[in-house]
Amino acid sequence: MDDLALEAGERAMSARDVAVLGAAMHPWGKWGRGFVEYGVKAARDALADAGVDWRDVGSIVGADTVRGGYPGYVSGATFAKALGWQGARVTSVYAACASGAQAVQTARTQILAGLADVVLVVGADAAPKGFFRPAGGDRPDDPDWLRFRVLGATNPAYFGLYARRRMAVHGDTLADFAQVKVKNAAMGALNPYARYRKTVTTEEVAASAVVADPLRLLDICATSDGAAALVLSSVDFARRHGAPDPVRIRAVSTVTPEYPQTVLDLPDIATDSAAVAAPPARPFRAAIAHAAYEEAGIGPDELSLAEVYDLSTALELQWYEDLALCGEGEAAKLLRDGATALGGRVPVNASGGLASFGEAVPAQAIAQVCELTWQLRGTAGARQVPGARVGITANQGLFGHGSSVIAVR
Amino acid sequence: MTRQRTPVVADWFSGEGENFRLLGTRCSACGSVFFPREDSYCRNPGCAGGELAEVPLSKRGRVWSYTDGRYRPPAPYASDPEQEWEPYTLVAVELEAERMVVLGQAVPGVTPGQLAVGTEVEVVPGVLNEDADTTWTTWHWKPVNGR
Repeated sequence: MDDLALEAGERAMSARDVAVLGAAMHPWGKWGRGFVEYGVKAARDALADAGVDWRDVGSIVGADTVRGGYPGYVSGATFAKALGWQGARVTSVYAACASGAQAVQTARTQILAGLADVVLVVGADAAPKGFFRPAGGDRPDDPDWLRFRVLGATNPAYFGLYARRRMAVHGDTLADFAQVKVKNAAMGALNPYARYRKTVTTEEVAASAVVADPLRLLDICATSDGAAALVLSSVDFARRHGAPDPVRIRAVSTVTPEYPQTVLDLPDIATDSAAVAAPPARPFRAAIAHAAYEEAGIGPDELSLAEVYDLSTALELQWYEDLALCGEGEAAKLLRDGATALGGRVPVNASGGLASFGEAVPAQAIAQVCELTWQLRGTAGARQVPGARVGITANQGLFGHGSSVIAVR
Repeated sequence: MTRQRTPVVADWFSGEGENFRLLGTRCSACGSVFFPREDSYCRNPGCAGGELAEVPLSKRGRVWSYTDGRYRPPAPYASDPEQEWEPYTLVAVELEAERMVVLGQAVPGVTPGQLAVGTEVEVVPGVLNEDADTTWTTWHWKPVNGR
C-alpha cells in the first residue's frame, strides 16, 4: 500500500474507532417507577437495534445513580441481573452528570484493549421532584453539603451567576436566553423520546417565574426519569456482524480541570487562586472540547451538529464558545443568526436538549450519543440534520468531570 | 434566653466589626492561597508541598456576578417551612490580591437590582439562622457605598 492510500485509509477509519451497533432510550418523563425498569427497556431496545443477543455481550457498564439506594451504586450489576445473569464482565461508574461519558469511555477502552468485542452501556435515573439536594447527614467535609448548608446555593443559583456574568461581560440579553429555549423546544417537539414536546414562545419564557435572577423557570432544565443505552463493539466485530459502515466513536474526552481552576464551578464556594500559579491556557469547558478535537483529529469547522448540556439557556450559549463554534462573546450572535437551529450551519441540540428532556443524570451523556448515532445514520426523522457526518457531545460533571464524545460516519 | 453564637463552619472566618475577615490558608512553599482552607495538603500540582498557615483574605472585592434564590433551598439549608420564603441575594466576589472568586450571601435587604458586576463590596459578619440554642454566624457581602 502506498503512503497516500494509507493516509486516506487512516482518515476514513482510525485504529481507535469503536462502532455504535445499537442505540436506544426509554422516553424521558416522570413515570413513577424505578430506574432499573427504565434501564432494562433501553438496554433491550439497544440490543435489538444492534441485532445482538444479550448472552453474547462480553461486558456491561452501568452509569450509576445516587438516587436508587445500593442498586444505583452498583448499576452495572443491577442491570446485568435484571437482564439475566450471563457471566459478563461488569463495571459501574459514577461521575455525576458525566457518568454516561465515563461509561462509554470504559466500554471503549475495554474494546480497544481487546478485553471485549461487544459492550453494553446503560444509564438510568428516577429523579426526585424539585431541586437536587445533597446526600443526608451532617457532613461539613463535603463541598456539596456545605454549599447548601452555608449558602443555600442550589444548582439554578450557579446557573443564575453564569447568566448574569454573560449579560455583563458579553451583552447577552434575556431575549437571547429565551431564544435558546424556543429553538430547543421546537426541535424537542419533533423527538418522541423528549419529555416536553410542545413548542415554546419567547413570551412564555418571559412569563414564567424567576427562579434565580435573571433566569426563569423555562430557562432552567427540569429533572426527569429516563434511560439510554448503547451497544458498542470493535469495528471488526461490526463488519463480521453485517454492519460495514457503522457510526463510529472517534474520541471520548474525560479530562479533569487544570490548576488553578478559575471558573466558579458547582458545587464550589470559591475558585482556586490564580495569584501564584498562572491560569491554564483554556478554561475547563474549553479544555474538555479541545481534548476531544485533538483526539479525533477533527476541528470545530467540520462538525455537522453538536449536543451540549443546556442545564440553562445561558449555559448553552457558553458551550458555543467553549466548543469553538464561534469566538468568545459571539455566542448570542451565532444564535441570532440561526446558525445553531435546525437548518443552520451547525445545529445545536437537535434532540431538543435538556430543555426538552430534563436531566436524568446518568442517562444524559449516553442519550447525547444516541442522538448523534441517529443523526449520523440519517434516521432522526423530522429533526434530521441533512447529510450529518460528524457530531460532538459536550457535558461537565460536578467535581471536575469533563465529558465530550465525537462520533463520525 | 441567650443563644450561643457559633460559626456555621469552624475557622472559615473570625473577628468582630471592622476586623472581621474570611480565613484561608497559604502554602509556605509556593504561596498559593486556599479558601475554603486546605490544612493538610497544597493543591498546586507544581508545588512539592509546604506548611499551610492561616491567612486572612482581603476585606474588599468586586462583584464577579450575582443572583438570588426565589424558592426555598432544600436541607441542610435551615429555614422554617411555616414561614413565607424570603428571597436573598447571592454574590460571587473577585478578590484582587488573591485573584480568586468567593461566593457569599449579600447582607439582608440587598437585592440583585442594587448590584452590578464590578460593584465594590466588603465582607461583614452576619447571621445565617437561629435555632433553639444557637445563633449560627456566617459572612455576608455588603456594598461599600450602599446600605
